[in-house]
Amino acid sequence: MRHVISLLIENEAGALSRVSGLFSARAYNIESLTVAPTEDPSMSRMTIVSIGSDDIIEQITKQLNKLIEVVKVVDISEAAHIERELMLVKVRATGKDREEMKRMSDIFRGRIIDVTETTYVIELTGNTTKLDSFIEAIDRSLILETVRTGVCGIGRGDRVLKV
Amino acid sequence: MVLTGAEIVIRCLQEEKVEYVFGYPGGSVLFIYDELFKQDKVRHILVRHEQGAVHAADGYARSTEKVGVALVTSGPGVTNAVTGIATAYMDSIPMVIISGQVPTAYIGQDAFQEVDTVGITRPCVKHNFLVKDVRDLAATIKKAFYLAKSGRPGPVLVDIPKDISAAKCEYAYPKSISMRSYNPVVKGHQGQIKKAVQLLLEAKRPMIYTGGGVILSDAADKLAKLVRQLGFPVTNTLMGLGGYPATDKQFVGMLGMHGTYEANMAMQHCDVLLAVGARFDDRVIGNPEHFAEVPRKIIHIDIDPSSISKRVKVDVPIVGHVPEVLDEISKQIESLGERADEKALKAWWKQIDEWRGKDCLKYDRKSKIIKPQYVVEKLYEVTKGEAFVCSDVGQHQMWAAQYYKFDKPRRWMNSGGLGTMGFGLPAAMGVQLAHPGSPVACVTGEGSIQMCIQELSTCKQYRLPVKIILLNNGYLGMVRQWQQLFHGNRYAESYVDALPDFVRLAESYGHVGMRIEKPADVEGALKEAFKRKDDLVFLDFAIDPKENVYPMVQGGKGLTEMILSEEL
Repeated sequence: MRHVISLLIENEAGALSRVSGLFSARAYNIESLTVAPTEDPSMSRMTIVSIGSDDIIEQITKQLNKLIEVVKVVDISEAAHIERELMLVKVRATGKDREEMKRMSDIFRGRIIDVTETTYVIELTGNTTKLDSFIEAIDRSLILETVRTGVCGIGRGDRVLKV
Repeated sequence: MVLTGAEIVIRCLQEEKVEYVFGYPGGSVLFIYDELFKQDKVRHILVRHEQGAVHAADGYARSTEKVGVALVTSGPGVTNAVTGIATAYMDSIPMVIISGQVPTAYIGQDAFQEVDTVGITRPCVKHNFLVKDVRDLAATIKKAFYLAKSGRPGPVLVDIPKDISAAKCEYAYPKSISMRSYNPVVKGHQGQIKKAVQLLLEAKRPMIYTGGGVILSDAADKLAKLVRQLGFPVTNTLMGLGGYPATDKQFVGMLGMHGTYEANMAMQHCDVLLAVGARFDDRVIGNPEHFAEVPRKIIHIDIDPSSISKRVKVDVPIVGHVPEVLDEISKQIESLGERADEKALKAWWKQIDEWRGKDCLKYDRKSKIIKPQYVVEKLYEVTKGEAFVCSDVGQHQMWAAQYYKFDKPRRWMNSGGLGTMGFGLPAAMGVQLAHPGSPVACVTGEGSIQMCIQELSTCKQYRLPVKIILLNNGYLGMVRQWQQLFHGNRYAESYVDALPDFVRLAESYGHVGMRIEKPADVEGALKEAFKRKDDLVFLDFAIDPKENVYPMVQGGKGLTEMILSEEL
């Protein structure tokens, strides 16, 4: 099962490598990992997407909690939550492809944020499936480059991850 | 008051009432050594290899309730220390390791004797720090000691660049530490404890299984009280020996790969299992699927939530400090005024006594060649069970665990988790320093002892009268045993050719050496050795090279699929 784990960690040098090192040392799977400081600059928030059985995910959250610099860990996918990921796609946009690409971008609620005579850069936000679908929907041979941030997530409603 | 970083280090160690620092000097720690030199409260023990320093600090910590301290230089000083740090980490031993680092401005430039210490040690420490500002130094050392001994203990490393030990700042040692990210649970959950009490009182075939957590949390008294209150059988893991008196009739021996027949059978066939400060290690329960074939309710008390339901699904998890939880269980049983099912318990004990009847630790007592089991039994008799016993890793370790009956905690020091050959002798040095005047034995093999043999020199310098019990069979015995049983008698590289003359080797270091070749001489030699209170005596016992450790559960097999001695 796919799980989205959110955590707060002291914003200190080496904190990220403690988390990534834990995953590799214990052979846990990481689909994606995003991290940035929070509104309180002394703390960072991390979102980790991992795939594993319930037992493994339980171990992952316990092991993360055990790291001295980790302040709080929550599996936000246990309840209603929102996931978003940002993708930038550079595509070839010439001739009739130019109009088609613009149309596809509009359908997926993307924005074209860079234009040259032959290329577009399309910015797209959404959950992982939506971004995957966009890639599926456009002509593969026109894709020059893609870059994705990985998932960040937040619980719906009153569920708050805070110290 | 304004102090240099090096002065601050020493002040902090004094504040923590550190008696001994085990270490080895080098370029990056010279300022710290200079300050050590100028005072006499903290004594420095100069080892001969950094691995020895960390094992010695480890032995010191295991045999006391204190934090062991080691001091090493940057680069190779640290890499040599890694084996010792990993050993302590696997067995949750509270330790602080202070390492020198190249000056801040040189970090990352491949400077002389530079390694990424924080990176290299990260997976084998409870936590580590690189101090980048001298103003953080005192608080960091305070945190290191706090982390090392609180919660599930473990080694903590503080890496100090050379310029930081020279820089100056205003010094004040923090009185207390609080960390928003670290708050170990102490008290067990009341509802869970209630459930546990209910299960224990309803049990028909109960079993209590305890590990190193009982020793580390000094819970032996509370455990003994509960075990006697309930009348249940109890077993200890290799790390937990001494947690319950081995000579007591409710003790069924060690369990696991080389555990007793009765302990393993009872562990497998119980209906309610109380696990205390233990972690269902692969060497303890064998194949977890085989273990799960028999349905049983499991109660697991541990300070570390990640140890619970890791290898075996647990029904009643209780996260908390072991002595507090045990005490709470005892009190609740007392206040309920109920007793365990006595009729069922009687039948259960009858079954256990039948298993005991196998006498699984029987060996050939009439042998004309010295049997290793006999040496350990005699060691037990001669020291009246009062010795601190350190061991290395291999067959001798198992024989020591099986045949020396530990009645008290913190008397048995061995590398249970990592299985580090070379641990025994340096650990014995730390133990001897912590307990001057007490008998300290290092049970070892000719493979293990040679992995840290250089520490014989340290023993001479500090007059540490450790008694080395070398069970010499000329083989890397445990490797040979596996090759015999599982690799068609092909003894690949397990025969140790060209052994030194250990008697002359001991003598060349200024110690007493003895070679014992006949069973009749074993007792006399041991008596003579322990009579020499001021001397390190190196006893080289020529034991039966074909002797194997039994019972044995092959790796990956079920706990009850034991191979018993050929004698049986």
